[in-house]
Amino acid sequence: MLKQIEGSRAVAEAVALCRPEVICAYPISPQTHIVEGLGEMVKSGELKHCEFINVESEFAAMSVAIGASAAGARAYTATASQGLLFMAEAVYNASGLGLPIVMTVANRAVGAPINIWNDHSDALSQRDSGWIQLFAETNQDALDLHILAFKLAEELSLPIMVCMDGFILTHAFERIDMPSQEQVDAYLPPYAPRQVLDPQAPVSIGAMVGPEAFMEVRYLAHAKQMQALDLIPQLTTEFKTQFGRDSGGLTRTYCAEDADTLIVAMGSVLGTIKDVVDEMRTDGHKIGVLGITTFRPFPLAAVQAALRDAKRVVVLEKNLAIGLGGIVSTNVRMALAALSIGMYTVVAGLGGRAITKKSLHALFRKAEKDDIELLSFLDLDQNAVDKQLERERNTRRCGPIAENLLRDAGIVAARNY
Amino acid sequence: MSFQPVKFYQTGTFTVGNRLLAPEERSVQASAHRFNSLTSGHRACQGCGEALGARYAIDAAMEACHGQLIAANATGCLEVFTTPYPETSWQIPWMHSVFGNAAAVATGIAAALKVKGRKEVRVIAQGGDGGTTDIGFGCLSGMFERNDDVLYICYDNGGYMNTGVQRSSATPPAARTATTMAVGPEPGNPFGQGKFVPAIAMAHDIPYVATATVADLHDLEAKVRRAMELHGARYIHIFVPCPLGWGTDSSDTIRIARLAKETGLFPVFEAERGEVTAVLKIRKRTPVEDYLKPQKRFAHLFGEHPRSDTIARIQALADKNILKYGLLAEGG
Repeated sequence: MLKQIEGSRAVAEAVALCRPEVICAYPISPQTHIVEGLGEMVKSGELKHCEFINVESEFAAMSVAIGASAAGARAYTATASQGLLFMAEAVYNASGLGLPIVMTVANRAVGAPINIWNDHSDALSQRDSGWIQLFAETNQDALDLHILAFKLAEELSLPIMVCMDGFILTHAFERIDMPSQEQVDAYLPPYAPRQVLDPQAPVSIGAMVGPEAFMEVRYLAHAKQMQALDLIPQLTTEFKTQFGRDSGGLTRTYCAEDADTLIVAMGSVLGTIKDVVDEMRTDGHKIGVLGITTFRPFPLAAVQAALRDAKRVVVLEKNLAIGLGGIVSTNVRMALAALSIGMYTVVAGLGGRAITKKSLHALFRKAEKDDIELLSFLDLDQNAVDKQLERERNTRRCGPIAENLLRDAGIVAARNY
Repeated sequence: MSFQPVKFYQTGTFTVGNRLLAPEERSVQASAHRFNSLTSGHRACQGCGEALGARYAIDAAMEACHGQLIAANATGCLEVFTTPYPETSWQIPWMHSVFGNAAAVATGIAAALKVKGRKEVRVIAQGGDGGTTDIGFGCLSGMFERNDDVLYICYDNGGYMNTGVQRSSATPPAARTATTMAVGPEPGNPFGQGKFVPAIAMAHDIPYVATATVADLHDLEAKVRRAMELHGARYIHIFVPCPLGWGTDSSDTIRIARLAKETGLFPVFEAERGEVTAVLKIRKRTPVEDYLKPQKRFAHLFGEHPRSDTIARIQALADKNILKYGLLAEGG
């Protein structure tokens, strides 16, 4: 059924169609509308057989989900940014125990300075936590990926983060196609746990493992993610059969076949990139796109196959591995290890900085001429940076960095109104 | 089953031998059909108060719910000594997640059982004082205020014993731990710090809060039974001496626990909906020295330069408890 609704509402309705049994809610922007929507559905009786629990922190949210999942319930929560970091210990625990929890991460920057806007720093900080990570490009993608995620998670007994760009997707009103309950029921069977806390057959879950077996247990987590590389395409095909849409998958290419220059990115910025590529193609540029939907497990073979014939690769990423460069490009580099293809890392859009078509046009045209640095920062105000560096050289006690930069930029909150 | 209808107390202990009690009054542990939820072969130290407390508490809970029990366990001694994989001492479904989230994991288990309509299955969470009063306190308070259907049991041995005897917010004043060293002008744990979580639990107005010691296991079992009759958030705080951390004789665990109660340093009571409903009176009022002296963690108070000033301050804390909770019997 076609609807014009907010991304968060679309995800809430899709999650409800998956018949979650325990939902833990703790407010943090920009995911809040999702759990609010679900809470309303539970309270009104629209979503039956579901416990909606208002917890006291994200750490508790993940912990309640862990308990619920281990007791055999389909568990869901949502978070972002500081919330994801606050629950990090339990995030690792959920995957270590093999509990198929599904969590939305409404991608948001991580402070300090505190910032509520979008980038991928939060989810990517947990890339090695053992969770499968799927990145949505559109709101349709986001809602579809949640349905696929429950099936994939329970098949492998692994938890999954469905990542969608905060505000850009969560708060955008777009047309989406909402499946029916019958369609989702046909696709997603009831949760049949591999391990469950049950007095009829007592087990001990989560006990200590020493050096004798720890490495094998961790390897199995890796091996299960490798299975996901086969399972995700299979479930994507089944998804298309049931719902008639291409959703999920490991990677997606656009105008890539004959491209000399390939842009790699994740999430909603792919839309802007594709628009720029369309315009450049009209002008005869041989440029294309590789979108990564599945970031964990990282689809090395699919990325390599997509990039192998390119002359250069530009990874445009919304995160900064401080002291190194980009997280996504480090991963892409592994896929290109045996190939002699030039690769550029462009860090863009941190903390919600707009990634404009104008900037991308300029960037891609320079990249085509190999006229960019190996690591560059899109639309970075170098003057502002230099000014602060100079201040630090000259004055020992030069005050809070963020305040200085905003003053230099002439932005005083009280004066904006 | 025949029994001797005679009242008889073991000398000095106030404990009635089980075989002298009516069958229905006997300890769950006295029955050959006890559940052995925490069974033998675990790796606790000799004389471990926590192992003793847990065995009695969990079997009493199992008896009360006819074996339909699931436990969430915080990281700590109890977790480590009972479950070095592939061995486990737990004969009940049991789960350990991380240090600070046992209460929240139990909330999740209870929510799953509720949504699945398994009303007969009950949930407990358990941890040491570190996992309860410090790192797990946020999750504990959250579970309390939501009145989730969980019985939380804290085994309080006054410190982080599993990591090598460090201070917690339940470490008593003047006690030596690895992080409150017995040196300087005020050796040991500072006065005026720490918290008494049973009182904080009561402030949440939850259905049931109780304290107990391993010196009175009948009382402990009765409190677990009462807790299991109720639903919602319930809390039992059990005082469990630690021979390793306290520097006491393994054979002295029960005596030390009894002295904690008899001196008034550890008040034993129960409360419903925030109001104290019963207090275990002191049978034979005892000066705090008798409790402190056998413990090496207080040895600096009794050395070459005895600290009668510090001992007097500890006595004042005991006296305050005695007044506050009315621990003396009428005319006692």
